[in-house]
Amino acid sequence: MALQPDALMPSHRVPPDIAPWLLIAALAAGAFFVMASPSTWLTLTIAGLAMGLMLFIIASGLTLVFGLMDVLNFGHGVFIATGAFVATTVLGPAGFGAPGSWLLAPEPALQILAVLAAMVLAMVLTGALGFLFERVIVRPVYGQHLKQILITMGGMIVVEELIKSIWGAQAIALPLPECLRGVYLLGDAAIERFRLFAVLIGLGVLLALSQLLSRTKIGLLVRAGVQDREMVESLGYPVRRLFVAVFVAGSALAGLGGALWGLYQQTITAQIGAQVNVLIFIVIIMGGLGSVTGSLLAALLVGLMANYTGFLAPKIALFSNIGLMVAVLSWRPQGLRALASSR
Amino acid sequence: MRKLAFLSNDPPKSRLLAALLAAVVAALALAPLLFPGAKALAVAAKILVFVLLVASYDLLLGYTGIVSFAHTMFFGIGAYGIAIACTVLGPSWSAIGLGLMAALTTSALLALLIGLLSLRVRAIFFAMVTLAVASATQTLASQLSAWTGGEDGLNFRVPIELSAGYRWLETPLPGLGFSVPADGRLLAYWGLFAVVSASFLILLRVVNSPFGRVLQAIRENAFRAEAIGFRTTLYRTQAVVIAALFATLAGALLALWLRYNGPDTSLSFELMLDILLMVVIGGMGTMYGAWLGSALFLLAQNYLQTALASLGQPLADLVGLLVGSDANRILVGVLSWSVELLSPQRWLLWLGILFVLSVYYFPSGIVGRLR
Repeated sequence: MALQPDALMPSHRVPPDIAPWLLIAALAAGAFFVMASPSTWLTLTIAGLAMGLMLFIIASGLTLVFGLMDVLNFGHGVFIATGAFVATTVLGPAGFGAPGSWLLAPEPALQILAVLAAMVLAMVLTGALGFLFERVIVRPVYGQHLKQILITMGGMIVVEELIKSIWGAQAIALPLPECLRGVYLLGDAAIERFRLFAVLIGLGVLLALSQLLSRTKIGLLVRAGVQDREMVESLGYPVRRLFVAVFVAGSALAGLGGALWGLYQQTITAQIGAQVNVLIFIVIIMGGLGSVTGSLLAALLVGLMANYTGFLAPKIALFSNIGLMVAVLSWRPQGLRALASSR
Repeated sequence: MRKLAFLSNDPPKSRLLAALLAAVVAALALAPLLFPGAKALAVAAKILVFVLLVASYDLLLGYTGIVSFAHTMFFGIGAYGIAIACTVLGPSWSAIGLGLMAALTTSALLALLIGLLSLRVRAIFFAMVTLAVASATQTLASQLSAWTGGEDGLNFRVPIELSAGYRWLETPLPGLGFSVPADGRLLAYWGLFAVVSASFLILLRVVNSPFGRVLQAIRENAFRAEAIGFRTTLYRTQAVVIAALFATLAGALLALWLRYNGPDTSLSFELMLDILLMVVIGGMGTMYGAWLGSALFLLAQNYLQTALASLGQPLADLVGLLVGSDANRILVGVLSWSVELLSPQRWLLWLGILFVLSVYYFPSGIVGRLR
């Protein structure tokens, strides 16, 4: 990897890497000219951004887990599914969806509060599940890629079946509260309220995560660990414990993303995790394994691409994302933001 | 030891294993004469198809150390190749030949493309890329319903020589306490057996060739293999293409045997899981594991599922009794949950647990244990 400051050379500033951002802008601009309908374009772009930010919330934990300990968790999808199903219970008739409870109250504030409570509970439970998953499934196979892929895949099947045994195999409806239904009209463009809500939550997570990673000591250690784990270990920091924390946090974020995704889809099946997993893998490969910024860029690209092609040519929507990944990888084989530590 | 050239000088090495293998192969070869009934023959034919599928996957997983989730995609391409050709062109041998050729070409090109693109960067990408491509293909297959019949799949007819109405001997063959009519189904079964056995021996030859040694070197230490001077990407891609071709052949055989193909029979993700489990149970990197793994797994799947159901029945009865009475509600809840866990619909749960446990404790599988 180039750009290592050399002690004998005068240091120079590395220009910021804006090419991937330009790619996103180019994609949006291209879609604008193809569609030739500003209002449709605006609707789809907001939808794409919302989807992209949801994907980012889910993918950020996975990519950090890989960067820090070289662990590729194929079972990340179970946290998505668990988060979504916990949300159905919290917002269902046994929880806040009961007659007279918050979700059905006339005040929008209470409705939002119910949704937020569902998200927090989803995060807490998936975080706990993540802790267990790390202990039981991932820990015994550190450093063995082949077994990791097989075992985490097996773990995903087991948890998916457990979800089916608790919540049933049928699709479950996840109702949105009154105040998040419907659209805002901006000129001719209809913008779904929930998508704006998802964008807000996504930006909040993005802000919190970037502050945590760039301003705190833990964030510094995580970033350093991703760059060079052995060096951080030899300086006396417990990378293993840090990794467990990152794994739990990543699982909780996936649970949050799952709850959002479930509200976005409005119906949930146990396979939701596996479906989103495919998009997440595209995101983290495209972003560069281990890079949080890269996964943000890639998630936005995938979200926009999925919505544009879903409108223009629905049959090839999933292939368009694979095509996008192929194109990006032939441009930057290590992903949009490569990490020096790639072993 | 005597040289065993037809086994590529890679014999089972243990008496017990050799005896087991011989028993399985003999039972499969003589299955129509040993076991009466259509179900037994259907299970035996499925075992044969999966022997080929699992052996070709073992070339990837066991010998090269690559995890692919697109093996069912190639399997499905083979099955759809035959199904579409026989539907469009009618039941003739030339249609089968054309369909097989088209399927093999498609698979080879696709495998080459996926391999070159994802193995170039990091081998671990391959697992993720294949997962994405396979799920996209699955969606595509059900959407292109004009060609593939969508979710319903395709029912088609096969050449007369392979159908039940054809007699190649006037007198029925003597079975074990029953007689078997010498019809085209029997011919189809033995044809299947012959193709699978021959393909297996070819695969055994491949893994024991110098090429196969390089694959194993890559599995053990890719960096070192590269340093010695082998172009690992090229070798890995070749392994992917060979495995894809044999998977396609297996898919074609399945379609010919069933005279039907749909997304659930040849493309579903659960099938992929079954293959993984068979490879792990049989033993990764052994080839012979394919026979034992498929036989054991499919027998369990077809005959043990009913046992699981009968295990859950007394519990279900108990819950039925308790629900009416004023028993502890938590107890009833826990009991009815365990009924749910034991029901045949949750078969995949036990499969998953079995899979995780066997990867932990028996990574070398039955064959590895016995050797």
